[in-house]
Amino acid sequence: MTLITPTAPTTIAPVTRPARSGHYHWRGVLRSEWTKMCSVRSTTWSLVVMFVLSIGIGILATATEASRWSHASLSDRLLFDPTSLSLTGLLFGQLCIGVLGVIVMSSEYGTGTIRATLAAVPNRPMILAAKAAVFTALALVVGEIISFLSFYIGQGFLSGSAPQATFGQPGVLRAVIGGGLYIAVLGLFAMGLATIIRHTAGAITAFAAILLILPLISQALPSSINDVIARYLPANIGVVMMTVHSGFRSDAPMFSPWTGFAVLLGYAVVAMGVGGWLMTRRDA
Amino acid sequence: MIEARGLTKRYGDTVAVDDLSFEVRAGQVTGFLGPNGSGKSTTMRMIMGLDKPNAGQTRVNGVNYHDLPWPLRDVGALLEAKAIHPGRSAFNHLWALAQTNGIAKARVHEVLDIVGLSSVSKKRAGKFSLGMGQRLGIAGALLGDPGVLLFDEPTNGLDPEGIRWVRNLLKDLAAEGRTVFVSSHLMSEMALTAEHLVVIGRGRLIAEMAVSDFIAQSSRQFVRVRTRQCELLTRELQATGGTVVSEEDGGLAVTGVPAAEIGAVASSYGVVLEELSPQAASLEEAFMELTHDSVEYGAAEPSGPGSDSSEDSDRLIPVGK
Repeated sequence: MTLITPTAPTTIAPVTRPARSGHYHWRGVLRSEWTKMCSVRSTTWSLVVMFVLSIGIGILATATEASRWSHASLSDRLLFDPTSLSLTGLLFGQLCIGVLGVIVMSSEYGTGTIRATLAAVPNRPMILAAKAAVFTALALVVGEIISFLSFYIGQGFLSGSAPQATFGQPGVLRAVIGGGLYIAVLGLFAMGLATIIRHTAGAITAFAAILLILPLISQALPSSINDVIARYLPANIGVVMMTVHSGFRSDAPMFSPWTGFAVLLGYAVVAMGVGGWLMTRRDA
Repeated sequence: MIEARGLTKRYGDTVAVDDLSFEVRAGQVTGFLGPNGSGKSTTMRMIMGLDKPNAGQTRVNGVNYHDLPWPLRDVGALLEAKAIHPGRSAFNHLWALAQTNGIAKARVHEVLDIVGLSSVSKKRAGKFSLGMGQRLGIAGALLGDPGVLLFDEPTNGLDPEGIRWVRNLLKDLAAEGRTVFVSSHLMSEMALTAEHLVVIGRGRLIAEMAVSDFIAQSSRQFVRVRTRQCELLTRELQATGGTVVSEEDGGLAVTGVPAAEIGAVASSYGVVLEELSPQAASLEEAFMELTHDSVEYGAAEPSGPGSDSSEDSDRLIPVGK
């Protein structure tokens, strides 16, 4: 048996170094979250797909409308909303931002990096807030860029054949800005769901169900019920926010654009709040 | 310095860690030993403030982990292999961690150098082998140049060269005066690396002692003798000052008398020997016996199956130290 020979006990001074003043802080944590977000391909790809899909579908919708305008019925012409039509692509973009919002959070749990993150920054609400701030800022910038580009390109396709919208008309600027705002806050809501659920597939399913399935269920219900709940559905809030002419695409009563936005913001804040509360209570 | 006091963690009805108290001192490698599932990783996560204990507390350098102003500068940990986003490069993984604790970019390059990953630092971590993932985890632990380091099974997935590298790294870190706490389920590995041991089984403390003591106490060297004249030989060997224990299969386990002398005693009394062989239980066997007992009967009751193992357990287990 030749194992180790016990060495004579030596007294070694513990490592001491000049104490560094201060405490880990917001700036460092925000930078770290930015680094994390930008250093994975899923972010780039989600945003590229969102960009191409949203603008492409906007082009498709406006070009189609321009070509068939001369045959359009009177009621179609009366309800025609060139702003909303040019922003049609954002209804697909909202899926991309939701998926990205989920992945940004759930991938930390899926890969186990959450433990390294929380070991570096034990203040869990701080981590969550920093992640939410960085993601929402990115989603807002991208959302607004897509919204404005969709608008300009869409109006270009309509010009000459059908009526166009301009920022001088009432409600148009509000709808275009609203498109980006909707994207950003919806993404934050998705991130909140992921903070609660912690699994990518589960959170994406929940997000898709709320966004796409709930409106179908609501419409299938008696109109007395649908009239009450339709205005609360995130997808309907989004449509209203991106619409200039009220009454567009829906028979049930809706919130005004800004009231709807406040409701949506409330959903996001509640989802993030519940997620944060669970995060501080659960084992990482 | 790491302290745990009365640490308890339950998952439903299962008690993962049970009233565990120990201390890990600076300047030496302390092995955290126990069978798989004995609560080592749970304990380490509680020290790191990741899991909340149901009772008791842990302290690092005298404070709760959550109160460390710059956690990575005080404590570094490798908790699991490949806890890295597969799409992120090694550099970006470390750089994101460094930014939270105000650690310079130069230090990121430095630790990548130390663990030998500089050449692949821009590659996506998903392409890394288990061993490379383990090295990246170690780089993360070293990032803040901390005085306290925790490693959960750091040699998992490493080749022999990698294992030797980790072993030397741990010793070097301890020699610099750092607190090094490393878990393993292999006693033989700890015997080569650690100076001190915290042994747990089923979440309970079984032993807290110097490795040298463990080795001294558990090197059960004895001579196995087989003869048809058991009684005569036993009497004469006991007269010489030896201890004789009958084994189940009829052999005799003799301690305190070297093999050559047993032969001489036997021949002088005309005893015919059928076997005379010096035996040594391995350290691993001693450890298995120690933890096996704890798993079956609980740490507080060191009675093993059979009379002779009960005697050994008594010697091996300084319960409540």
